[in-house]
Amino acid sequence: MDNKRKYVIPGDVVTTGPFRPEQNVILEGNKIISTTIGISEIYDDSVKVIPLTGKYIPKINDLVIGKVISHTSLSWELDINSCYVGFLPAQDVFGRDFSAHADELATKLKSGDLVAARIANFDRTRDPLVTISDRDLGKIDSGDLIKISPSKVPRLIGKRGTMIQMIEMATDAAITIGQNGWVVVSCESPEGLLKAKKAIEMVNEKAHVANLTDQVKEMLESKGES
Amino acid sequence: MGGRDATMVLLDENGIRCDGRKVDEPRRIMIKAGGLKNADGSAYIEFGDNKILVGVFGPRDVHPKHMSNTDTGILRVRYHMEPFSVGERKNPAPSRREIEISKVIKEALEPAVMLDKFPRTAVDVFIEVLQADGGTRCAALTAASVALADAGIPMRDMVAAIAAGKVADTVILDVNNEEDQAGQADMPIGYMPSLEKITLLQLDGVLTPEEYKKCVQVGVDGCKIVYELQKKALQEKYFGNGDN
Repeated sequence: MDNKRKYVIPGDVVTTGPFRPEQNVILEGNKIISTTIGISEIYDDSVKVIPLTGKYIPKINDLVIGKVISHTSLSWELDINSCYVGFLPAQDVFGRDFSAHADELATKLKSGDLVAARIANFDRTRDPLVTISDRDLGKIDSGDLIKISPSKVPRLIGKRGTMIQMIEMATDAAITIGQNGWVVVSCESPEGLLKAKKAIEMVNEKAHVANLTDQVKEMLESKGES
Repeated sequence: MGGRDATMVLLDENGIRCDGRKVDEPRRIMIKAGGLKNADGSAYIEFGDNKILVGVFGPRDVHPKHMSNTDTGILRVRYHMEPFSVGERKNPAPSRREIEISKVIKEALEPAVMLDKFPRTAVDVFIEVLQADGGTRCAALTAASVALADAGIPMRDMVAAIAAGKVADTVILDVNNEEDQAGQADMPIGYMPSLEKITLLQLDGVLTPEEYKKCVQVGVDGCKIVYELQKKALQEKYFGNGDN
């Protein structure tokens, strides 16, 4: 192969030879074929494709932002922007001595509330189980929700968090990114909020551009001076 | 069909067809990926005078629930012709033909999509034929696979489709409406170019074994042309022009 990274679409042969197929590739004979639109990466012994499109598929330990759809007497259901609904059991919030008679779920979370949650368990047989009993998790009281494409979340975070740190530093905003493509921004100053939102939307639209970090930086700084 | 006498000359002595094409020349094909904001994936195709819009939703919840499969996701396809897509108003209710084509397209896409990753979900493909001019099932299948890729559904390969046929005892590529009506055979072919597998093969008409083989070969070669255009459409949307 001439270079390591390349743009691929489904059916494209990424490489041939003894490689281990990882994300979004299949092994067909000795050819490694991409199954999605994305950017292929070849490592020493493995090949993967980073997708540029597609829905969010829950993964264990992912931080997601969910919206409460409804609740029964035992659990809440969260919209986590996926093809499955997040399942949040009442014990997770009320503790182990939860009683369906004594405790009313609506007192803690109402439908429409936003929560930061973690995928506790997920397999193909059941809907994803989420938890909010951890530091930094739980109900989100303030901030603006921005929806971006889940496949662009890694771009928004940047290499070791550089992109998001830069936006946070420049605008003084607190940004919570859910792996499912939902982002909550809260900021003391309205200008900072607007600027942070604009930066996030910029990343969403221009995710494939090479020197995006510089462009975002430029945008953040230019607005700051005027 | 069956060699009905036509007033039109389908193939003249120079090997030029009724619309001016050569024997192995497809019609003008234009594919555009994306375009519908509310669909998860979409595509628009102009295949000669065919104009088809495809929207894909999913993977998403299955309704009605009893249709869902705990082992795998399901694919649902609706092929629909607009009342204004043909010369005389077509009743918008699904006809026998549309139900059949929906099924045929669904089965042609199934070997390509990998829905086993999304159990208990459905992927819905909506195909709207805005203007029809022969060969809509091939054009629809071509556009549907672009729309599926646009939606990010994992696929083993794209499915490209085109029809081969026989007109005036000659094997031709890409049968248009006139040739379909008056020609001797029509063979729609769906093909996965990287895997070299055929996913759709129908035949209406009579062919000798030799002609049959030639028809398949011509069709497969045609699919490769279509595949390049599918690729181009997706590259244009996702990577801009030319940088690969």
